[in-house]
Amino acid sequence: MVQGADTAFVLIAAALVLLMTPGLAIFYAGMVRGKNALGTIMQSFILISLVSLEWVYLGYSMSFGPDVCGIVGDLSWAGLRGVGADPNPDYAATIPHSVFMIYQCMFAVITPALITGAFAERMRFGPFLVFGLIWAVLVYNPVCHWVWGTGGWLKKLGVLDFAGGLVVHLACGAAALASTLVVGPRKGYGKEKFVPHNLPLTLLGTGLLWFGWFGFNGGSALAANAVAASAFIATHLGGMAGMAMWTLAEWIHRGKPTTLGAASGAVAGLATITPASGFVGPNAAVLIGLVAGLCCYLAVVAKTRLGYDDSLDVTGIHGVGGVIGILCVGIFASKAVNSGGADGLFAGNFAQLGIQALGVVVVGIYVFVLSWVLLKVIDRTMGLRLASDAEVQGLDLSEHSETAYGE
Amino acid sequence: MKKIEAIIKPFKLDEVKEALNSMGIQGMTITEVKGYGRQKGHKEIYRGAEYLVDFVPKVKLEIVVEQGLVEQVVEKIIASARTGKIGDGKIFVLPVEEAIRVRTGERGKDAI
Repeated sequence: MVQGADTAFVLIAAALVLLMTPGLAIFYAGMVRGKNALGTIMQSFILISLVSLEWVYLGYSMSFGPDVCGIVGDLSWAGLRGVGADPNPDYAATIPHSVFMIYQCMFAVITPALITGAFAERMRFGPFLVFGLIWAVLVYNPVCHWVWGTGGWLKKLGVLDFAGGLVVHLACGAAALASTLVVGPRKGYGKEKFVPHNLPLTLLGTGLLWFGWFGFNGGSALAANAVAASAFIATHLGGMAGMAMWTLAEWIHRGKPTTLGAASGAVAGLATITPASGFVGPNAAVLIGLVAGLCCYLAVVAKTRLGYDDSLDVTGIHGVGGVIGILCVGIFASKAVNSGGADGLFAGNFAQLGIQALGVVVVGIYVFVLSWVLLKVIDRTMGLRLASDAEVQGLDLSEHSETAYGE
Repeated sequence: MKKIEAIIKPFKLDEVKEALNSMGIQGMTITEVKGYGRQKGHKEIYRGAEYLVDFVPKVKLEIVVEQGLVEQVVEKIIASARTGKIGDGKIFVLPVEEAIRVRTGERGKDAI
């Protein structure tokens, strides 16, 4: 039966998650050079349109529709056939099925948008759209079905992912790594300076992401209840602990605490707590945030040393954060926090950690391999990279014929 | 006539302008420029990666004066732009062949 409070809560949560995509767009835009600001924003922003369209006619049914062999949903809900006012008790018994659909739509939108940070400042817009669309269909939808769809094989094995450690963060991180390898570094990488052009914009984006994340994690309870409250609090604690730890690590390692470090740490903490937010208590959330801040900082520093141009550190923050978060579910989860979850290592259940690790391996490999192949095929047929002179000119002028900042 | 080009720290511009106004200099042209000398650049850190930024923002003043005023102007600029720390800038004095006021067509020192 539909409950008004639950419906209102999830609708507002959906709006909050939508806000994260423009928030991410400016978070990324502030970190690139000024000549690429609009092109970077556009790569996230346009996905609101592209992926929402895909979601209505294909994605929702592939992700959550009636199961086929545990692999994917069939197409009987394509075009939202039968997805209406009546709740679907498999997913959320107290809100209209359509509300669950639109809430999940926002997750499908932001996941490919997150990948764009890895190949920032050098991808052509047309081939990017082709990649975004096919990636949503062939990568996001099946992985979402495995983990969250009724009958999905990882879900049946007992893999727990509250709000998207596998589906969103590891998926975008693994795809980001593949794209870093296929697309290659920016022109002049390692010789020229790639200095963020507007960090206040990045900070504003961080604020919008954090605000939206309450909908992302809190809303994943799919009801205005105690689990939602617990996830909301864990989200905040994870983010703040991530910020504290990254800032401290950078201060000790480099001698100065930086604004970009504080923002990056917050996002690392928020991404890492995501899969655990509805399954762990507040003390575990703080600990997870601290671990996230340190490990993601180390990952980002290691990337620079190894010479990969994952330009805005999608792998180092979302990939690493997603892995840590999923494993932490296996360590800190407690049925006392969420009776619908499971107990982890500290509650005496050793098996859950193994199940979580299996989820990491399966999703990591599937997404990396498929993304790599997809990008290679698009590169061979259409060409992913901007021409050298266009890259020097910048995305804004070469791809969109406009500039973010006047003369 | 001589042109005096002074490259100074941006925050010293107001003091230099006041000092030159007080001795009767009636105009100047300034440009925001970037450069480096012995000061070198500074270090910036983004996500743990260090960048050496070698071009530091400066202001370039250009003033054309009669020969006899050159020393006085140079002294004023030195006095008002100096902090004593590395990076205070440089002054160059160049010969000027001719000066023409566009509105009236006046030439030479009348046009300055």
